Amino acid sequence: MLRKIRILLAALFLIGITLLFIGIGHNWWGWMAKLQFLPSLLALNLVVVIGVLLLTLLVGRIYCSVICPLGVFQDLIIWIRRKGEKLFKKKKTHKFKYLNEHKWVRYGVLVISIISLVASGQMLIALIAPYSAYGRIVRSIVAASTGSVTLPLLITGLITLIIICVCAWIWGREYCNTICPVGTTLSLFSRVSLLRPVIDESKCINCGKCGRDCKAGCIDTKNHKIDYSRCVDCFDCIETCQDNAISFRYVAPCKCSAGKEEPDKVDQGRRAFLVTGAVVAASAAAHAQDHMHGGLAEVVGKKDPDRTERLVPFGAGSVKRFYDHCTACQLCVSACKNHVLRPSSDLEHFMQPYMSYENGYCRPECTACSQVCPAGAIKPVSVEQKQTIKIGVAHVNLDLCLPAQGKDSCGNCAYHCPSGAIRMVRQQGSRNQIPTVSEDRCIGCGACENLCPSRPISAITVNGLSIHHNA
Amino acid sequence: MGAGAAAVALDACTPDVAKKAGKASTSNKDLHGEMLQNYPGIGVLGYGCMRWPQKRNEQGRNVIDQEEVNRLVDYALEHGVNYFDTSPVYLGGDSERATAEALNRHPRDKWKIATKMSVFNATTYEACVEMYHNSLRIFKTDYLDYYLLHGIGTLNDFNTRFKDTGAMDFLLKEREAGHIKNLGFSFHGNQEGFDQIIALHEQYHWDFVQIQMNYVDWEHPNGRNTRADYLYAELDKREIPIVIMEPLRGGALSDVPAQIADQLKAREPERSIASWAFRYVGSFPRVLTALSGMTYMEHLQDNLESFLDFQPLDDEEKKFLLDVADLMEDYPLVKCTACNYCMPCPYGINIPGIFKFYNDNITADTFVKSKEQKDYARKRRKYLLAYNEAIPTVRQADHCIACRRCERDCPQNIRIPDELRRIDKYIESLKRETIQ
Repeated sequence: MLRKIRILLAALFLIGITLLFIGIGHNWWGWMAKLQFLPSLLALNLVVVIGVLLLTLLVGRIYCSVICPLGVFQDLIIWIRRKGEKLFKKKKTHKFKYLNEHKWVRYGVLVISIISLVASGQMLIALIAPYSAYGRIVRSIVAASTGSVTLPLLITGLITLIIICVCAWIWGREYCNTICPVGTTLSLFSRVSLLRPVIDESKCINCGKCGRDCKAGCIDTKNHKIDYSRCVDCFDCIETCQDNAISFRYVAPCKCSAGKEEPDKVDQGRRAFLVTGAVVAASAAAHAQDHMHGGLAEVVGKKDPDRTERLVPFGAGSVKRFYDHCTACQLCVSACKNHVLRPSSDLEHFMQPYMSYENGYCRPECTACSQVCPAGAIKPVSVEQKQTIKIGVAHVNLDLCLPAQGKDSCGNCAYHCPSGAIRMVRQQGSRNQIPTVSEDRCIGCGACENLCPSRPISAITVNGLSIHHNA
Repeated sequence: MGAGAAAVALDACTPDVAKKAGKASTSNKDLHGEMLQNYPGIGVLGYGCMRWPQKRNEQGRNVIDQEEVNRLVDYALEHGVNYFDTSPVYLGGDSERATAEALNRHPRDKWKIATKMSVFNATTYEACVEMYHNSLRIFKTDYLDYYLLHGIGTLNDFNTRFKDTGAMDFLLKEREAGHIKNLGFSFHGNQEGFDQIIALHEQYHWDFVQIQMNYVDWEHPNGRNTRADYLYAELDKREIPIVIMEPLRGGALSDVPAQIADQLKAREPERSIASWAFRYVGSFPRVLTALSGMTYMEHLQDNLESFLDFQPLDDEEKKFLLDVADLMEDYPLVKCTACNYCMPCPYGINIPGIFKFYNDNITADTFVKSKEQKDYARKRRKYLLAYNEAIPTVRQADHCIACRRCERDCPQNIRIPDELRRIDKYIESLKRETIQ
């Protein structure tokens, strides 16, 4: 019964969160993302953080079996393997066995994660944090299927996917119990949880079935002990035991059992990430069709210009604050319908998003990214607030500007500027009307940059502001 | 949705739309009957070769679907359509070749070819003569049945392009020699310009003139263009045979606003919406032929139905159509016929595609009128999604910088950048939900 409820809830969460990453249902089940532990911690969302810790203290690591999408995803892999073995009637089926706790690795990773959090080195934690890792897997697949994927995202997503699949297939929940910093944090509380599965030695016939079925490898059948720091409350053992020797019940706080300490034998292989900048040069020579009617002129793709400072979303506060809080889960990237946000490929901010305006601009009526961010890296802003925040300032490069070069009269930037920050001015000593920017009024939305006819580099580009402030 | 020359063979998605429109009305059927002829030997339904069906080749470029062109031409000839109008500039310069390839599979005396001297800017005698000889070469013939000075609007225009270059004298000589059977011109412009050019009749003797005529242009031409009733009367007075272009206004008269379509269907439920436009132009005896750019077999069959065993409109019906045209003036439609003369836009804007999207939504009543209207949120979302589907973002109206190169090429005299900005403003008001 408990197991069935767990599976039902887990399925709901996995489907819900997956849909969020595809870009569906923010209005209905967006709260699922807000329950995630690490993003909530970064957002200083204490209600969720304390809630999850209390839940763990009460019933153990149920979080890892229901709320964490990566955990449920691993359960899915394990389930597929079991089904597969049944389907093909394999004689020798894969069994789990009791694994030793790799304490040094566990706490080592946790300590390094905490240090990197404090020292603003979000890259490491963003890579191994379960929710963000799952987000990248889904995003890379979705983006690949729509053809809009960047190479670093694809590679990161796929490598994560492969490692998680292989780990789950062979060792069950070993990733959660050795690497995952959230799992280790929760394990500190689950060790002393009030409710937990307990083996009744009087009923146990020492068949060892529960141990072979335990994907967390935490049941020491010989000694009738369960390592509660690693038990993820899947309740499989309770259902497996035909003698009803295992029950989920209250245990008075007392000294807790733990596996014997043994030196680490195996260490998880470190992930090697290839960071390859994808430079897709859409170089297409404009086809000269002298007086012929019809057809479409080739449009050269825009390139991301050099910016003196990065552009991060309205609501980020400052570039540093944004990158300190962001877990690189990609939820904002999937929410950005204007194709502005995308994951970085540089090492310092690996997979953490930034903005650019080649394919669209930050439209005045849209606040999607600020509504979905579970980590508080992008604080919620209203449409009205958004008009008053400055995230960047536009800058004109007259060498590329069509009217300044006497090519065509233009003024498209001024025409479309939502803030009225651009005016066309007749240049002294010239007949040409050129765009000028009022640095005070410009908020950095990028309408001008996106709609500038100069390609591949726009004649008007936006530089980010390291600290956002009111316009 | 009626059939007709609705197709704008611009990119991959538009022919599909047209295909759907065509299928709705006619299926494959045997058509019988006598093709209407106002002048002996020429079917009043003429084939406009500006809108041949296209397909994507291996390189992903749009090319003419020759197999289908052959099939259409065979069917047309079989049913009495024998006037084929093309130009060296149509379909990116490929229309003459495709048309010739299809026609040359039939004896030369079975078809009439009309092609044009399509020089638009300051040019030379050599360029003009070369264009003419090239047409003869492509059609593997030593005579052209109809030859037109392409799209003249004023005397000045005629002088700079054809008289001063010496091209006109050359063409007169060719006519004398029998290489040009009929010499004429196609006209787009204001009344003053027409008067100037038609005055040249005494000097040159125009064998025919090609004008834009349909029940909308009869009294409501776009911008400064001349009313078709005036053009017709002037030509009729001089007994000059008239070739009609845009009898359907580029398909606009086969896809009229829903409320108007209801009125047409109420009178003739069995006939397509497009049939009204054809029966209108066919009812004028001075019409030599009416050109329809039939992209698909469905268009051809539907149009043929109007002209086989032709039933002319009576005066009451003509009056009814003129009232319909009055009603259509109330809709904010862009009077684009998708002739593609403005294309390619140097900045990559899909001008006819944007106009077609905008017009289609008005006629199909999927246009969002106000926040108060029923289903506003759903309609708004659908409209914006459909816009991005129909037109890639880099080719949308907001990328127009109003360089106005397109404007001087537009035979309909549409102020293209102003219309694009009007449409962009509307779309922006939908996006920001500032629409009232």
